[in-house]
Amino acid sequence: MNTAVNRIKELLGPEIAGPGLAFVAVMLFFSLASPQFLSSATFGSVAFQLPELGLLTLAMLLPVLTGGLNLAITFTANLAGLTVAWVLQANGGVDAGMASFILGCILAIAVGAATGVVMGLVIAYTRAHPILVSLSMMIFVRGLGEFLTRGGDISGFPAFLQPIGHGSLAGIPIPLLIFIVCVLVWHVLLTRLKLGFNTYMIGSNIDAARYSGVNTRKVLVLVYTLSGAMSAVAGIIMLARFNSVRVGHGESYLLITVLACFLGGVNPFGGFGRVIPVFVALVVLQLLSSGLNLMGANQHLATAVWGILLIAVMILRWFAAQLMIFNRRKG
Amino acid sequence: MRKLVQSHATEFALLAVIAAICVVLSLATDSFFSLGNAFDLLNTSSVNIIFAVGLLVVLIAGGIDISFAVAASVVQYVTALILGYIGGGGWISGLLIAGSLGILLGAFNAFLIHRFRIISIVATIATFNIYFGLLMFFTQGVSIYDLPDWLTDRVVLFEHEMADGTWAEITLPVLVMVICVVATWLFITRTTTGRQLYAFGDNPEGARRFGINIGAMQFIAFGWLGMMAGIAGLIQAHYAQEVVPNALYGRELDVLAAVVLGGARLGGGKGSVLGCVLGVLLIAITQNGLNLLGVSPFAFKMIVGAIILIAITLSNTSIEKLLPFMRGARR
Amino acid sequence: MADIPSTVGGVKPLLSLHNINMTFGGIKALKNVSFEVLPGEVHCLAGENGSGKSTLIKIITGVYRPEDGAAIEYDGQTYSHMSPVTAQASGIQVIWQDLALFPEMTVAENIAFQTVIGRWPRFVNYRTMRDIAVKALKRLGVVLDVDAPLKDYSIAQRQIVAIARALVGEAKLVFMDEPTASLTQSETDHLIEIVRSLSASGVAVVFVSHRLAEVLEISNRLTVLRDGALVGVYPVQGMTQSRVTELMTGKNFDQQVRAKSVRDNPIVLEVKRLSRPGQFHDISFNVRSGETLGITGLLGAGRTELALALFGMLKPKSGSVSLHGKPVRFSSNRDAIKAGIAYLSEDRLSLGLIQPQSIADNLVIASLDRIKSGGLLSDDRKRQLVARWIADLGVKIGRQSDAVSTLSGGNQQRIAIAKWLATDPKLLILDAPTVGVDVGARAGIFEIVAKLAESGLAIILISDEVPEVYFNADRVLHMAQGQIAGWFDPQSCSLQDIEAAVYA
Repeated sequence: MNTAVNRIKELLGPEIAGPGLAFVAVMLFFSLASPQFLSSATFGSVAFQLPELGLLTLAMLLPVLTGGLNLAITFTANLAGLTVAWVLQANGGVDAGMASFILGCILAIAVGAATGVVMGLVIAYTRAHPILVSLSMMIFVRGLGEFLTRGGDISGFPAFLQPIGHGSLAGIPIPLLIFIVCVLVWHVLLTRLKLGFNTYMIGSNIDAARYSGVNTRKVLVLVYTLSGAMSAVAGIIMLARFNSVRVGHGESYLLITVLACFLGGVNPFGGFGRVIPVFVALVVLQLLSSGLNLMGANQHLATAVWGILLIAVMILRWFAAQLMIFNRRKG
Repeated sequence: MRKLVQSHATEFALLAVIAAICVVLSLATDSFFSLGNAFDLLNTSSVNIIFAVGLLVVLIAGGIDISFAVAASVVQYVTALILGYIGGGGWISGLLIAGSLGILLGAFNAFLIHRFRIISIVATIATFNIYFGLLMFFTQGVSIYDLPDWLTDRVVLFEHEMADGTWAEITLPVLVMVICVVATWLFITRTTTGRQLYAFGDNPEGARRFGINIGAMQFIAFGWLGMMAGIAGLIQAHYAQEVVPNALYGRELDVLAAVVLGGARLGGGKGSVLGCVLGVLLIAITQNGLNLLGVSPFAFKMIVGAIILIAITLSNTSIEKLLPFMRGARR
Repeated sequence: MADIPSTVGGVKPLLSLHNINMTFGGIKALKNVSFEVLPGEVHCLAGENGSGKSTLIKIITGVYRPEDGAAIEYDGQTYSHMSPVTAQASGIQVIWQDLALFPEMTVAENIAFQTVIGRWPRFVNYRTMRDIAVKALKRLGVVLDVDAPLKDYSIAQRQIVAIARALVGEAKLVFMDEPTASLTQSETDHLIEIVRSLSASGVAVVFVSHRLAEVLEISNRLTVLRDGALVGVYPVQGMTQSRVTELMTGKNFDQQVRAKSVRDNPIVLEVKRLSRPGQFHDISFNVRSGETLGITGLLGAGRTELALALFGMLKPKSGSVSLHGKPVRFSSNRDAIKAGIAYLSEDRLSLGLIQPQSIADNLVIASLDRIKSGGLLSDDRKRQLVARWIADLGVKIGRQSDAVSTLSGGNQQRIAIAKWLATDPKLLILDAPTVGVDVGARAGIFEIVAKLAESGLAIILISDEVPEVYFNADRVLHMAQGQIAGWFDPQSCSLQDIEAAVYA
C-alpha cells in the first residue's frame, strides 16, 4: 500500500501541485457557474481540442527540459502537413490510398526530424543559444512553407482521413488516443530511458554531465530530432482535423505550448519537469476555454485567462516558497 | 584601430556583411544603389529599429520580453480611442499618451518579475497572452480606420527629386527612430543608470552587493522597452494609416532575432545600439535586395531564416573548429 | 563577556564587535561572538565552512542585521547594525571570493564603478573613471590595459582589479574572502606583497583563507571561530599549522605517513612520454594495483591537464598510455570510463556533481547500464545501488531524492567518489578531492581512499596541498611547468623536503 502511494508520488512529482490545484479550482468554478459544464459535451470538446495543442506541447517539452526552447514547432508541423498533402495529391488527391497516406506520414515525420537534426547539431556543436537557433529555423521553415504554397491552403484529401480527425474508437476520439499514446511514449522516454535521464542532467548542468560521461552532443541532437518528429505528428493530426493545410495553422499555439510547460511545473531553466503534470496543465487549459465558451466568451478571452492562470500559479508558488522559508526560520 | 575592431567584433562583422551585400546588389540591380531606395529602407525599418533598441535595453539588463509587440498593439488601439475621445490631439499628446501607456504595460511586467520573482520569459509569455487575448476580446478584432488627420498624413521631412522623376523622401518615422536610437545610446552608454543596467545584466549578485537597486533596474529596463514599444506602436499606426489589432502579432520574434544577431546576449551584460541597428538593417537590406532581384516575396523569409541560421553557426564556430586540419598544419 | 578590553596592547581598535548573535532557520549561526581589528594590521579570520566567518563579514558590511544587543564600534562611531551604504562610505571594503566584478565591462569601469553608483542618474565621466583606475593600479604597482574588457584577464589579474576597486573606496578596512583559492604560487606571492604594502600604508586587512600556510605567513593576529562561537584570538607568532587546525576543528589530527611498498603488484597504468604542447611535456610514470600515486605541484603545473588527457577529455599530442599492458587511445571520456578510468573533478560545484539534481541520480549517472532491467531503467535497482554505496562509504543523507546541493562538502565528495566506484574502475584519479571540504571531514575522505587502495584499486591523488599527498600517497610525483620535476618517497623523505622542492 505504502509503496503504491510512493509510486504515484514518483509518477507525479512535486510539480503536480500547481496544475492539480488549478484543475480542482477550474472544475469547482465552472461546475458552480454553469450547469451545463459537467456534461459529456464539454468533455467531448475538450477531448477533441486537446490533442493538437498537446502534441505540440510534447514537442516543446523536451527542449525546455534541456534548458532550451524549440520555437520552430508550429511551422515544422505545417511543413509536415504539407508533406503529407503533397504525397496524397501526387497519388490521386481525393482518390489516394491508405498506402500513400502512410508513406506521407513517414516522410512528414522524417521532414520534422530533419529540422530537429539541423537545430540539434547547431546547438550541440556551436553552443549557440537555442532560442536563437530555433527562432531562425522557425523563420526559415515558415518561409519555406510560404514559398512552396504561395501562402495558400491545400485541401482535398481522401475520405478515410476524416475519422483520424473526427472519429472515435470505443467512445474515445482517435486524435485523443494518438495523443495519449504519445504522452505515454514521452513518459517512458523520460523516466525509463537513458536518453530521458540524460536530458534532465544536461538541463541542470551540461558540463558536469559531460564530465560524468554523458554524450551531451548526441543527447541534444536526439532531443531536437524527437521534438521535430513530434511536431510532425501534430501536423498530421492538424491536417486530419482541418481537412486542409495552410502555413500558419496553429501559429498561435507556439507560446501557449511554453505556457503549458511552465504551468505544468517545468523549470524554465531546464532539468526538472514531468509529462503527467504537463498533461494535467493542458487539460486545465482546455477546460478553461470550454467553460468560458459555455459562458459566452470566445477563445481570445480564454487566451487572456490562460495568461492570468500562469501568473496566478507562479505567484502561488512564490507564496509557498516564502511560507517555507518563514516556517524554517521559525523552527 | 585593431583594438577598436576587437572590442566591436560583431559590429564590424555586420558592417562587412552589409557592405558585401550592398556591393553585390549594386552590381546586380540598377535600382538598389539609389537615394530613393536607401530612404525607403529607412522608412520601412524605422518601427523595427525603435522596437529593437527598446528590447536591447531589456536584454542588456539580463531579461527577455516576449510581450512588447502585442503591448504596442494595445497601446495603438487605446491611444486611438483616447485621441478619438479627446477629439484630435496632436503629435505631442499622441506620443505622450502612447509612451505613458507603453511604460505602464512594461512596468506591469517588471512588477511581476521583481515582486514575485517570476523569471522574465515566463512572466512575459503570460502577459503576451493576457494583452493580446484581452485586446482581441474587447475589440472583437475590429480595426480602426477613422484616425485623426494629423496621424495619418504623411510628414515628409526631406525630399529630393531623382533623375527619373520619382521622389526620394525621408518621412517622420525616420526622425522619431533617430531620436529613439540616440536617446537609447545616450542612456545606456553615457548615464550612470545605463551603466548600472549593464552591470546588473553582467553580474546581478555583484550589482546587488554594490547597493544597486535591483527593483529599480527591472522597472527602468522594462519601462524603457515599454516606452519604445508605445512609440513604435503609434508610428506603425501612422505608417499604416490604420490600427489593426493583430498587425504586430508575431513581430516580437523577428525583432528578437535581429537584436541578437546584432550582438546582444541572451543572459545580459552585452549588446550595443549600433549592433542592434545593424542587425535590423541587415535583415531589411537582404529583403529589399531579394525584392529588387525579382525573387518571389514568398522566398524572402526562407532566405532570411537561412542567413540568420548560418550567421549564428559561424559566429559561434571559429574557423579553426571548422577546419581542424589547419591546426595540425600550423604547428 | 564584559571583560574584553577596549584596547589591545594600548592601541584602540579600528573595528570592534561585541555580543553578536545571528539565527538562521532555527540554527544559531553566531553565538555571542566578539571580533576586533586594529588599524593597519593584517588579521586572519579562520574557521571551517559553516563556522560563521561569512556571516560575520556580512554583518560587518551590513548585508545582515545582527540580533538585538549587538555593539559595533567602527572608527570611533557606535552602531547597532551597519548598512551597506554606511559600511562602504566609511571605508569598509570586501573582496568577495567570487570577486563580484563585471566581466563584460572594461577594467577602468570595474575599478571606478562606484562613480556610477548613486540614487539619481548623472552623465558618466569616462575620463575620470580612467584616471581613477590608472591611479589605483599604480598604487598596487600593476600595469593593465584599463580600456580592455575584464573578461580578457586571468583570475589573478581580476583579483588585482578587485583590490584596486577596494582601494578606490578610500578603504580603511579590507576583507579578503578566500583570495588565494584560485591563484598560482607566484600570483599568491604577489598578492601577499600587495597586502603587506596596504598594511604598511595604514589599511587594515582581514584575510579569510583556508590555506593555513599563507595565513601564518601574512597575519599579525588570528581569530578562530568554530560552530558559530569564538574560540579565541591569538598572536600568529609561534602558531603552527597543526595547532590552527586543532583550534578550528577542536580535534587533534595526528597524521602519519601511510605509504607502503607496492612493488610486487601488477602495473595498472603505464604512461610513456606523454606530451601536449603548452600543457605537459614528456611525462612517464606507472601506477600499480593497490598503489596511491600522489601528484603535486603549483596551480598551472599541468596536473589537471594530464589527468584530463588520461581521462580522454584532452588529446595528447604524442606518447602512449596503456592499461593493464594494452595500449589505449580514447576519443572521449566515455571510452576512458568504459576502459576503467574514473576522474573526480577538482571543481565539484560546477563539474563534479550536478548540484540541483538528486543524490541518487548523481550517483548513478555514469553507470546507468547497471540499473537497467529489461532494457529500461529500473527505480528499484537504482534505489538498491544507491543504498549500497551510501552505506559502503558512510554518507549521511536524508532521502535519496534530495538535491545533492543539500549535502555538506564532505558528503558531496563521497557521493562523487561513489559515482565513480559504481562504474567499477581500475584506476581512480582524484583531483583535489578536499577542496571545499572541512578540515574535519578530510580525514574521512582519505580513510576511504586508503580502503580503496587496499582493495586493489590504482589511485592517482592530485593535490596542491603537499601534506595531503605526503601523508596519503605511496609515491609522490612533483610536477612543475608541465614536466616531471622530481619523485619522492614519503617513507624516506620529510614533508619539508617536498615542500622545499614545490615552493622553490
